[in-house]
Amino acid sequence: MVLQALRIALRSLKVNKLRTALTMLGIMIGVAAVIAMVSVGAGAQARVAEQIQSLGSNLIIALSGSSNAAGVRLGQGSQLTITEEDAAAIAREVPAVQVAAPSSRGNAQVVYGNLNWSTGIQGVTAEYFEARDWPVEVGRPVPQEDVDGATKVALLGQTTALNLFGDADPIGQIIRIKKVPFTVVGLLSRKGQNSWGQDQDDVILVPLSTAKKKVLGVSQANARSVGSISIKVRAGEDMTDAEAQIRELLRQRHRLQPYQDDDFWLRNLSEVLQTQEESSKVMTYLLAAIASVSLLVGGIGIMNIMLVSVTERTREIGLRMAVGARARDILTQFLVEAVTLSLIGGVIGILLGVGGSNAISALAEWRTVLAPSAIVLAFGFSAAIGIFFGFYPARKASRLDPIEALRYE
Amino acid sequence: MAIIATEDLGKDYHLGPHTVHALRGVSVSIEPGEFVAVMGPSGSGKSTFMNLLGCLDRPTAGRYWLDGEDVARLSRDQLASVRNAKIGFVFQMFNLLARTSALENVELPLLYGGISARERRQRARARLEAVGLAEREHHHPSQLSGGQQQRVAIARALVNDPAVILADEPTGNLDTRTSVEILALLQRLNRQGLTIVLVTHEQDIATYAGRRLVFRDGRLRTDERVTSIDAADVLKTLPEEEEAVV
Repeated sequence: MVLQALRIALRSLKVNKLRTALTMLGIMIGVAAVIAMVSVGAGAQARVAEQIQSLGSNLIIALSGSSNAAGVRLGQGSQLTITEEDAAAIAREVPAVQVAAPSSRGNAQVVYGNLNWSTGIQGVTAEYFEARDWPVEVGRPVPQEDVDGATKVALLGQTTALNLFGDADPIGQIIRIKKVPFTVVGLLSRKGQNSWGQDQDDVILVPLSTAKKKVLGVSQANARSVGSISIKVRAGEDMTDAEAQIRELLRQRHRLQPYQDDDFWLRNLSEVLQTQEESSKVMTYLLAAIASVSLLVGGIGIMNIMLVSVTERTREIGLRMAVGARARDILTQFLVEAVTLSLIGGVIGILLGVGGSNAISALAEWRTVLAPSAIVLAFGFSAAIGIFFGFYPARKASRLDPIEALRYE
Repeated sequence: MAIIATEDLGKDYHLGPHTVHALRGVSVSIEPGEFVAVMGPSGSGKSTFMNLLGCLDRPTAGRYWLDGEDVARLSRDQLASVRNAKIGFVFQMFNLLARTSALENVELPLLYGGISARERRQRARARLEAVGLAEREHHHPSQLSGGQQQRVAIARALVNDPAVILADEPTGNLDTRTSVEILALLQRLNRQGLTIVLVTHEQDIATYAGRRLVFRDGRLRTDERVTSIDAADVLKTLPEEEEAVV
């Protein structure tokens, strides 16, 4: 019966080709919009996820905490409470940790020839590059020997290099940091902005030991203290668990009593970025919702045309009833017609949407991701629209009085 | 046994506070093989009577047996099945599906009877042949003359081997010669044993039937048997060159 209804539906759709095409157009645009918008949204999401990867999604930063002298709390890092030994202990004792890199940061005026530039000086160890997923573009990183020997070598961030050297090759050149000469041994790859908009490339990396002795100065309290530890957690490990273990270890090492606050801060970068990911997800939903409105309008178009069709074909319905069609035969016939209309429109819409999504990524150079689930969903949705918006006209047709219908002019 | 039997059949319509008695106390019995003309002016109740006979409507009073089955109190869907199995309709406006071949039009009632595609085709072909349109089976209604369209409609009415053919003004849209041709066809089928009830308001047309039921003011006024004219004889007296005009 359904097969028969499908044949009748196709025939009646063929009769008025322009009208059929225009009605399908509504569903086509709706489905295409949903698919294109969802793929743009999913692309944005994928880009954020990538960003998280590049910034180190599994990065925890331990920062020296605030001092608390007689109830007066100074700011973060006012007291260098964490040490190189803490870093070594974290790497050694927390199994989830891949690497822990201690570093200290300060600002200094840097001079090369007649150019000078104020930038961040980061004293690092060999582990830093691994911990921050930051490869060297040209030259070499800072090996352990440099740290041990406190050699005066520097790696430039892209922004710093541009400001001091322009397009010239900085490798092998001598720069002065706080009047101390350093040899530039490497150029870092571009890292871009971090999630709070800071230019991560405006930096000079020097061996941690050198930084303490020559640039930042050694803390009076503890010569081994550092500003922060970048801790990379192994892929697949739970960040929250790792963070708790690190917290426990540091509290132990710092001999903090249960009633005392932490004298350090733990920052989880992924949290910040997860928030961004959430917001890009929300954007995807929003885009999909807006596109769905056009799908809805397309559905109303189907309902409209089906109502017209029922009216136009009143006599046909009357005749079918007279020769023995039951109410459900008529209902099936018109429902199948509406669903056929919306499904054909849906399939063309899917093709258009896929094409549109490819066009967007090609022309606007936006990343788009076509999820098969979105396509399946769009197909199912257009069928559902056919049933939903086709039901009322179909029921109206099936409830016609055969006598009235036969007499209808 | 009567193929159609009604007992005090009545139909009231409610229009706001008013009740219209469209049909009152009609008792009639039609035997198999009869050719009955139902007559009466508009508003006489003949249309209501036909709708009830055709199971398109349910009576508000009385009883109705069609082919031995009491059909007066059936549901809508049950009535649809009865129409499908027992009644063949022929309408004034032919009511063929446009853009659909003659063959498929004839098949239509079988579609709702759950008959297999092969058998549908076979039976529809046989009926088209019986009305003399075998070579037109793939023509659409718009490619057929009025008389041919009505023949297709008659073939459609016959395809389910109904107990009775109900023809509602079947010649109302045809010229004289074509009308007589259609009546000749109906008479031929009647002679083969088919029961036919024909509604008309034209005296001429009624003369081809063997029995007349005349309605007035919702009541059956006259029920008389008459000697019918043979349409085939009349056809010989009509000029041949008169073409169907529709």
